[in-house]
Amino acid sequence: MPEPSPDRGGSPSSAVAVTGVRTRVLRPGPRAQRMLPRVDRSEIAAIFAGGALGTLLRAALAEAFPRPAASWPWPTFAVNVVAAFLLGYFVTRLQERLPLSSYRRPLLGTGLCGGLSTFSTMQVEILKMLGAHAWGLAAGYAAASIAVGYAAIHLATSMVRRVRVPR
Amino acid sequence: MNVLIWAGVVMIGGTGSVVRFLADGVVAAGTGRDFPFGTLVVNVSGAVILGLLTGLALGRDEALLAGTAAVGSYTTFSTWMLETQRLAEERQHRQAAVNVIASLALGVAGAALGRLIGAQL
Repeated sequence: MPEPSPDRGGSPSSAVAVTGVRTRVLRPGPRAQRMLPRVDRSEIAAIFAGGALGTLLRAALAEAFPRPAASWPWPTFAVNVVAAFLLGYFVTRLQERLPLSSYRRPLLGTGLCGGLSTFSTMQVEILKMLGAHAWGLAAGYAAASIAVGYAAIHLATSMVRRVRVPR
Repeated sequence: MNVLIWAGVVMIGGTGSVVRFLADGVVAAGTGRDFPFGTLVVNVSGAVILGLLTGLALGRDEALLAGTAAVGSYTTFSTWMLETQRLAEERQHRQAAVNVIASLALGVAGAALGRLIGAQL
């Protein structure tokens, strides 16, 4: 995150234990600040929490609806499209609509949406379709995931932007 | 399915997401922000690893923990799509197309390579 020091006012858990460390971490010399990416423990904790929840939802869905290898992978398709929509919504809203907040983006975006969606499973599913000579299915699944995922981001983004903010 | 396995899914899923964030940050710091190399590297490396796990023919619980939870949370579809859409929005249509095609081609090829390696082990 390139922002120098976003508002820390609303982070209750970090205030006690980390304050002493944070003053040192946040105010290194200008050179050190440029060279070392700042690792913020609360940001990491937020990503962990969101990622844990997203992964749990995705894994539960995959276990509840197991799919044969050469059939449309509905669980993966569904989580990917939903996660894309949510990420488009969260990121646009947090960047362009709400006041700067430190932990919502890592919690909801990097964590929840990142953990809920998956790229690797999709690739292995396509590979298995190709192995079963289901060429049309493989091409259709790849194209539909990308087209609908992209459209979901676009839709969520324009939904957020359509709401005017009072100035 | 027991509670321990699902507790494992939660902990591993959180960890995979943090590893993704850190790996993306390291790659992006080295390659700049013009093209989303961080997500590309994360996703393709994850596809290789998941392919490898597929080649190993793991048991049900092992596949859930190592594949669905660990590698699944490490890679991301949503960020790939967001970065593509933002590139297109900034009229970087070529970069956006390259991001889609390269990720997909390298992802499937990587998964195939991983599976080949896994089958040899």
